[in-house]
Amino acid sequence: MSPIPLYSAAALILFGIGLFGLAAHPYLVRKIMAVNVMAGGVFLFLISLAYAPAGRHPDPVPQAMVLTGIVVAISTTAFSLFLVRQIEAKSTGSDQMNQADHVD
Amino acid sequence: MNLNFWLPLIVLASSLFPGLIIFFLSEERSTLRTALNLTGATLKVVLAHFMAYRLLVLGHVHEAGFGMGLGSMFVLRVDFLSLMFLSLSSNLWLVTTLYAVGYLEGSPNRSRFFGFFSLCVTASTGVAMAGNPLTLFIFYEFLTLVTYPLVVHRETGPALRAGRTYLWYTVFGGSMVFLGVVWLQTLAGPLDFAGTGVLQTLGTEHHFTLGLIFGVLITGFGVKAALVPLHGWLPVAMIAPAPVSALLHAVAVVKAGAFGIVRTVFDVYGRDFAGQLGLLGPLAFVAVLTIIFGSLQAIAQTDLKKRLAYSTVSQISYITLGTALIAPFSTVAAIVHLVHQGIMKITLFFCAGNFAETLGLHDIREMKGAARRMPLTGVLFTTAAMGMIGVPPLAGFVSKWYLGLGGLGAGQNWVVMILVLSSLLNAVYFLPVISTLWFEQPDQEWVIMRSSRFEAPWTLLLPPLLTAAASILAGLFAAWTWSPLGVARQIASGMGMWP
Amino acid sequence: MWTELPGLFLLLPFAGTGLVFLLPNQTRPYGGLLAAILLFLAPWAIAADVYTNSPIDMNLGGWPQPLGIGIYIDGLSVLFLLLTAVVGLLVSVYAWSYFSLPENKTKEPHFWPLWLILWGGLNALFSTADIFNTYVLLELVGISAAALTALAGNLLSLTAALRYFLVAVAGSLAFLLGVGFIYAQTGQLDMYTVAQSAPDTSLMAAAFGLISVGLMSKTALFPFHFWLPPAHGNAPAPISAALSALVIKGSFFVLLKFWFVVFHGLSGPEQTGWILGILALAATLWGSYQALIQSRLKLIIAYSSVGQLGYMFLIFPLLSGVLDPGWKLQAWAGCGYQVLSHGLAKAALFLAAGNLIQASGTDNIHQLRNIAVCLPMTSFTMGLAGVSLMGLPPSGGFMAKWLLLQAILASGQWWLALVPVLGGLLTAGYIFRLLSHTFVSDTQAACYGRVFWGMDKTALFLALSSILIGFRAQEVVFFLQERTPILALGGGGP
Repeated sequence: MSPIPLYSAAALILFGIGLFGLAAHPYLVRKIMAVNVMAGGVFLFLISLAYAPAGRHPDPVPQAMVLTGIVVAISTTAFSLFLVRQIEAKSTGSDQMNQADHVD
Repeated sequence: MNLNFWLPLIVLASSLFPGLIIFFLSEERSTLRTALNLTGATLKVVLAHFMAYRLLVLGHVHEAGFGMGLGSMFVLRVDFLSLMFLSLSSNLWLVTTLYAVGYLEGSPNRSRFFGFFSLCVTASTGVAMAGNPLTLFIFYEFLTLVTYPLVVHRETGPALRAGRTYLWYTVFGGSMVFLGVVWLQTLAGPLDFAGTGVLQTLGTEHHFTLGLIFGVLITGFGVKAALVPLHGWLPVAMIAPAPVSALLHAVAVVKAGAFGIVRTVFDVYGRDFAGQLGLLGPLAFVAVLTIIFGSLQAIAQTDLKKRLAYSTVSQISYITLGTALIAPFSTVAAIVHLVHQGIMKITLFFCAGNFAETLGLHDIREMKGAARRMPLTGVLFTTAAMGMIGVPPLAGFVSKWYLGLGGLGAGQNWVVMILVLSSLLNAVYFLPVISTLWFEQPDQEWVIMRSSRFEAPWTLLLPPLLTAAASILAGLFAAWTWSPLGVARQIASGMGMWP
Repeated sequence: MWTELPGLFLLLPFAGTGLVFLLPNQTRPYGGLLAAILLFLAPWAIAADVYTNSPIDMNLGGWPQPLGIGIYIDGLSVLFLLLTAVVGLLVSVYAWSYFSLPENKTKEPHFWPLWLILWGGLNALFSTADIFNTYVLLELVGISAAALTALAGNLLSLTAALRYFLVAVAGSLAFLLGVGFIYAQTGQLDMYTVAQSAPDTSLMAAAFGLISVGLMSKTALFPFHFWLPPAHGNAPAPISAALSALVIKGSFFVLLKFWFVVFHGLSGPEQTGWILGILALAATLWGSYQALIQSRLKLIIAYSSVGQLGYMFLIFPLLSGVLDPGWKLQAWAGCGYQVLSHGLAKAALFLAAGNLIQASGTDNIHQLRNIAVCLPMTSFTMGLAGVSLMGLPPSGGFMAKWLLLQAILASGQWWLALVPVLGGLLTAGYIFRLLSHTFVSDTQAACYGRVFWGMDKTALFLALSSILIGFRAQEVVFFLQERTPILALGGGGP
């Protein structure tokens, strides 16, 4: 079976799981992890586009896209985590959105 | 220098620039402020009459137009109807300015007041000179904006609440006018008051839409013109100082609404076409409803200004009724009542303001014998009230006479009935006031709020004297070519509706 | 025309960032202001070039398609670029004064690099024609905007910034997935190449859906608006101005490009325009209603943005219906005017609000009574900006309402007329409520803070611009009619 539909399905499922996690989890660090899962799904889809049958070169453009995307995802994760640390430092823990996950 | 182009702009500028400058003057510079005001007002009157001369005698049409992109034009054009409203506004602004200077002596925030006052007159001048519905709408909305600070001038709780009510009504009215103007433009392209008969060329499938648009426009203008049930803001706005009430009710806001209705019926749709579409019947019905309702409510009021407010509600609808009848005399009556009602009502408000400012009287029941204490004011009030009732040879009689003749001529005899009924109602709410003023004994000593050499400062006496005299003269010399009636006849014949 | 100008123009803010970052803390504002001035001037040169010649169409670095990143600056881009230039410069001048106040001094070194990155990202967003590059720029704008939002440092702004950021990233990822679908279908990344060759398949439709939803959430269209009021309401004043006036216009512009260039002719835009119409109406009603009941000044203004977005989104249902070319131009002109005048007026309003809060120490409008006495110019500014937002003549906002309402009535989608009409009424409600609080003189004026020179003049300038732009219809229409081929591609136009 051609790999593309499998990867695409997996990618979409990951995207969906991540999106659901972002919306449903009250803890901030888990929201950030959910975003990473979403990103993973998108990157999986993109890289699967680079597939070429045997004897031909894989398409470099999606690979470039994924590399860029990974860099962006790292920056956004770093920034989000920094914000979470700041929030934790200032918060009184009075409502869900203000509570950081204590596994830190 | 092309006078035809520049004169309308200078007339606008004559109140716009003084107004803007006055905003930046500090409170104490009252002489400079008064000087600016009066100079601007005088200039405006002079220029208005100059333009009148140029139009009526020399036949020049003044027009200033600017493109606004995508086919919409901003146009100022001075035709006969504009001239009528323009000379009313400019003359009455002059006397009201004098009155306001005297009335507000020593009160706070006068720079702000006179700034917005001047802008208010600029707006109504713009309404008068508008050459197409878009320009009319622009100045109509501008009028809403600049009258709000005048209504809430005193900044008390009731004043602010009144201001809020005023806003809801007038902003709603403005939105309706906006919707109507845009809709019309979408349907028929950019319209102009000078071009006639464009709407007739649209096919009959559009007639229903045209009717809807008419309703929307009349609703929008009807808010300012205080047509029932859109009149609610008017009595509430009486909380403003007397010069504001005088201006709002005689010159600016209410007349702008009535003017808008006149323009819509005569210049946008054309009276006969509107009749063909069956729109005049409902309009007449609303007018009659307003006339009667206003008068009935006036009877129920004990606050003098509120009574005068409801009287205005009623009287303005004579104009509406006049536009809704297909008869030459009633058309003329509608146009001339714009002026007659203005000068009579402003006199009444000036006098009411005098009683309030000098003796602290607001309620009619407190005014027993007040006219004996302030005889000149009392005489002027009585004169104007008689005019309102329709006693010859005052101006009010002339309007009603023509309206009645028009109704008879159109075979609508009920018009005469309505006139008689409303005149009776006018008498019912004016005569007791007059009798209280002159013939009753005061309950207690008068409290003199403001002392002066005469019964009131001369700045508060001269304006009503002038306007009352005008209402006598307008009636006495109605047959003269250049009386308000004479001009109205010329306007009507110019529009093909007289004889 | 100097062919290197577009490239240099795009490089300038990022070079400026690097430079500012290298400067010591005390001199950073000077570097930042210098960069701001240059960033203000450059778009006018570009606009002049587009005006006299034709849209700028080039590839960065000369790399040919399909490897290169295309730059396409047409009339529509020019309008957005000029808006960014004017608002950017005035916000920078305001920020100069704002951050020199003692209580804000510590944040000053961080502001300038972030602000230049944001500005640069926006300029590039308005110029790029490559869809993946758009993704990167959207993320860039998102991160710098969120960082600036968090700059105030208190818990409210931190949480608001994080919420904004997570929504923005999720939106960008949806966008990226859509880009992936487009690449899977067409193998192209240039907007115009894709537009010419894209078939109408379900994959493209899925891409359309993902991209639209992603961008709508970044533009805070109802029901994705929930992040906007806390973010814009808690950020420092100049940043709120930039966020409301510019940042949401960035993703809005991208949405325009995708609907009317990339997906033009496909079934997506035509069939879903009405959905955006409903959302626009909901946004207008909900946002304006919320603005009417808030007590915090900046929240009123932020909810006002939610409401005003509804007017901008009218372009989508309007152009998906049946319209003559002349009316399509009206619709575009109305949308353009709404973008310009909302940007200018909203920035003015936020800056003025900053002045009020600075002078009185409070954000609550009930405690702001009589503040007009201390700050007459600021109060006048608020009045002017309010006039434009309400759409009263003779302002830019009025032109927008006028043009949009005409197009609505011509298109036969009567229910859309509720947006400008009801929106105008409700806007008048909250604007007058705001103004009457500041003007009423029944209490003692509680002013003790100082407002520096730059802070009230810049706000006034912005408000005046939003009014004066109403008089320059000729140029705005020219840019749209003659210099924006997407209209000719059938997104509208003659």
